[in-house]
Amino acid sequence: MAILTKDEAHALLKKVLSYSKADECEVNLSSTDGGNVRYARNSVTTSGGVSQSSLVVQSSFGKKMGVATINEFDDASLEKVVRRSEELAKLAPENPEFVPNLGPQKYGESKTFIQSTADIDPKLRADAVEKSLKISKDSNLIAAGFWENSAGYSAMMNSSGLFAYNTSTNVNFNVTVRTKDGKGSGYASKGYNDVNQLDVASATRIAAQKASGSSAAKAIEPGKYTVILEPSAGIVLLENLYYALDARSADEGRSFLSLPGGKTKLGQKLVDERVTIYSDPQNPNLPTSPWNGDGRPQEKVVWVDKGVVKNLSYSRYWAQKKGVKATPAPDGIIMEGGTSSLEDLIKSTEKGILVTRLWYIRPVDPQTLLYTGLTRDGTFYIENGQIKFPVKNFRFNESPVIMLNNLEALGKPERTVSGESNTHAMIPPMKIRDFTFTSLSDAV
Amino acid sequence: MKRRDFLYLSGMGIGASMMPSIPIFGNPVPLGAALEPVDVALKKQMADVALNAARGKGATYTDVRIGRYLNQYVVTREDKVENIVNTESYGMGIRVIANGSWGFAATDKLDNDSIAKAAALAVTIAKENSRLLTEPVQLAPQKGYGEVSWKAPIEKNAFEVPIKEKVDLLLSVNDAALKNGANYINSILFLVNEQKYFASTDGSYIDQDVHRIWPTFFLTKIDSATGKFETRNALSSPVGMGYEYLNARPEDKIKGLTTLYRNRYDMLEDAKQGAIQLGEKMKAKSVEPGKYDLILDPSHLWLTIHESVGHPTELDRVLGYEANYAGTSFLTLDKWETKKFNFGSKLVNIVADKTQVGSLGAVGYDDEGVGTQKWDLIKDGILVNYQAIRDQAHIIGLKQSQGCCYADNWSDVQFQRMANVSLQPGKEKKSVQDIIKNVEKGIYIIGDNSFSIDQQRYNFQFSGQLYYEIKQGKIVGMLKDVAYQSNTQEFWNSCTAIADESDYRLGGSFFDGKGQPGQISSVSHGSSTARFNGVNVINTGRKI
Repeated sequence: MAILTKDEAHALLKKVLSYSKADECEVNLSSTDGGNVRYARNSVTTSGGVSQSSLVVQSSFGKKMGVATINEFDDASLEKVVRRSEELAKLAPENPEFVPNLGPQKYGESKTFIQSTADIDPKLRADAVEKSLKISKDSNLIAAGFWENSAGYSAMMNSSGLFAYNTSTNVNFNVTVRTKDGKGSGYASKGYNDVNQLDVASATRIAAQKASGSSAAKAIEPGKYTVILEPSAGIVLLENLYYALDARSADEGRSFLSLPGGKTKLGQKLVDERVTIYSDPQNPNLPTSPWNGDGRPQEKVVWVDKGVVKNLSYSRYWAQKKGVKATPAPDGIIMEGGTSSLEDLIKSTEKGILVTRLWYIRPVDPQTLLYTGLTRDGTFYIENGQIKFPVKNFRFNESPVIMLNNLEALGKPERTVSGESNTHAMIPPMKIRDFTFTSLSDAV
Repeated sequence: MKRRDFLYLSGMGIGASMMPSIPIFGNPVPLGAALEPVDVALKKQMADVALNAARGKGATYTDVRIGRYLNQYVVTREDKVENIVNTESYGMGIRVIANGSWGFAATDKLDNDSIAKAAALAVTIAKENSRLLTEPVQLAPQKGYGEVSWKAPIEKNAFEVPIKEKVDLLLSVNDAALKNGANYINSILFLVNEQKYFASTDGSYIDQDVHRIWPTFFLTKIDSATGKFETRNALSSPVGMGYEYLNARPEDKIKGLTTLYRNRYDMLEDAKQGAIQLGEKMKAKSVEPGKYDLILDPSHLWLTIHESVGHPTELDRVLGYEANYAGTSFLTLDKWETKKFNFGSKLVNIVADKTQVGSLGAVGYDDEGVGTQKWDLIKDGILVNYQAIRDQAHIIGLKQSQGCCYADNWSDVQFQRMANVSLQPGKEKKSVQDIIKNVEKGIYIIGDNSFSIDQQRYNFQFSGQLYYEIKQGKIVGMLKDVAYQSNTQEFWNSCTAIADESDYRLGGSFFDGKGQPGQISSVSHGSSTARFNGVNVINTGRKI
């Protein structure tokens, strides 16, 4: 199904609602077209093109709710899916936490769709991979990488007058380059709405340099070290903090934000005062949808302001119960930083470890937000402001809360893709003291 | 659909955040109409449209997968049903070889024109990419099976059980947990039915019906005076069974410190015991870091097997096909070629098996039309084989694929996925008590929890749900803040005892992630309780 214009989507959703006999009805429509290509061992492996769309209908009678969906769009199918959702709603038990439809909302402008990204074809993908492969082959290295692009739209309408519409495009590229003897490995990852911002050759060159530079790493003792986390390393720890700023779990006493007696850390200083974290769908470097999945507007929200927890996200039910604004969880996160480059941070470091990437991040203790994982694809020892030699990978056990209290310096934020969740954020390179490495790994 | 969208749909919130990963799911639908499978004759007709269209565009090999993937999730917390989600995803994936290169396209429009268009796109992609090949794809030969079918041997189709019965079960489980000391409980019932049809230019037309079920819960207890909390997750396993898994039978229970379960699960009993254990966990002694002998229950050991044996023996990882994401493997071909690589102690025998009844990975044929089988990976401690599919078999001198190719949906391309990988029980008669009585300083670990391993599968760290301290052959109390770190080869060489067959049980992963774009797979791992000597234990307690 092609991308429908705002008017076409409006007309289709209006038709779906016209079949409704429920107390309330809400309809979500979405469609994506995309393609990907994967390569390894310096050769293309799998690749594909996928097109899919869906229509989700939610009907409710009182506090009983049912959901049905279909991917056919003729009139009979549209009526059928509405009837099905109504039948399911009648079978469902009452949910005391049911919240009625939102009324009409005002949304900001959307900047998430770029035509040139929507126009990507198999040839453009193959050309991009060819460039990446040329660099690895010319350097006598071995590349494995992945390119993925998509274009699509989402629209939503309910029987209480809400209508929302958004189009978006996305392109992600990541590559691991290894030495032929398997002793060195480097990585780079980039993602944008606009394919014109993506420089596949530059990303591959960075990965290739790290591969050559990390060969024959030395083992140094695990322990507490000053580390410089590149944005692709920092994001995978930080996302476990900023996506966990949930009010309900904090209020219920089962979050790192909980305090004795049912209190929370909302309004309290949590981390170093140089840390400010916010989300803003209008940010030109990281535009996101101006509305979230349940129709609430996404606005600029400051989550951590100069180290203080400023806002928590609320479900509509929990906000109603607590009598506060129902702020949805964020999409794109921006962490403020300074103006220093990664090179500046290295230059100002007497002794430390530069970390390209962290991997296999898993929670160890939800109470302290303790996580474990490993360094990967380029770990280097720094002495007197210079990279001295590559070091073997480490396992760490660290909490992003402790880490952001041990902050030494922040660099300039850049758009980064999480290697764990695939979400995008603006993250600065960070210099952290006393980062806890608990064992060595032989992995390259 | 992204993970967050699914969470919104299911209203899972905190329960979901405690789960390792939630995959991509299809669309929510009511179920009735989808229980009746699509007519096989119609699927054959659609498959032939794709096979012919691809051949006409120049494909030298084509396979077609028509899939209807049904999921049902019943999600509750405390005294409320948060959501009931029925999802269905129906469509076709077409994989071709043209100019020696793979191409793939998928569509959810199943009229003849759309199918032919998708087939043509797959061929275009293959031809476009062929200039990036270093060598053409080599497929191990596979005979066509003609028109055949396979059905999971379930006793009771969980999708046919009324929603009310499922809701009543979960709410009674929640009630039992709250009455026994838990402050919060999220309980979830996951059901999966894959109705898969495979056709290829080798002459196979294979219709399969696969069922999986996973009942699980997450308990939390809060000490509001101190602001501390403890959690305890269910000791159930996801299994390749029907609703009969929830029909608790005394002969499937192993009574002890906590009840452990074989082929049937008593969710109510586990929730009651779990709630009581939360109080014990709060009072437990924080572990002294150091070396301990570990006694690992199958409800825990399955995940260590999965990460440290299952993944590194996947041939695509060994060869570098997963280098950019999941990683490679320390079990390189040269180690295998020596026929002497000492993976573990002599007691360690590990098999791959796609046929085990009741397991998550059991099917009649894999997703590239290869009949399934069972084979040795580690024999008497030595690495003897890998897990390979059709385009890799020749690399390790096999004449045929081992039948472990899988795609999680019609919309994703199939690739090598882990077979059920299981530690064989000890050959001598030996109980868990027999093992514990010889341990001077040890920890008995039950249930899985945190897990992390490096990209070549050397260094790992795991934790559990329940830790019992062993001193001089006796269990003396509960511990907390425990995690163990080891190196795969060292760990398996420290295996000094494995309980006999009577203790053998399956654990498993419902959501094993691999590949780009990411796909999930479900896989079981069996074992009996086993002992590992002198493993490094760290204390994970921190203050923030």
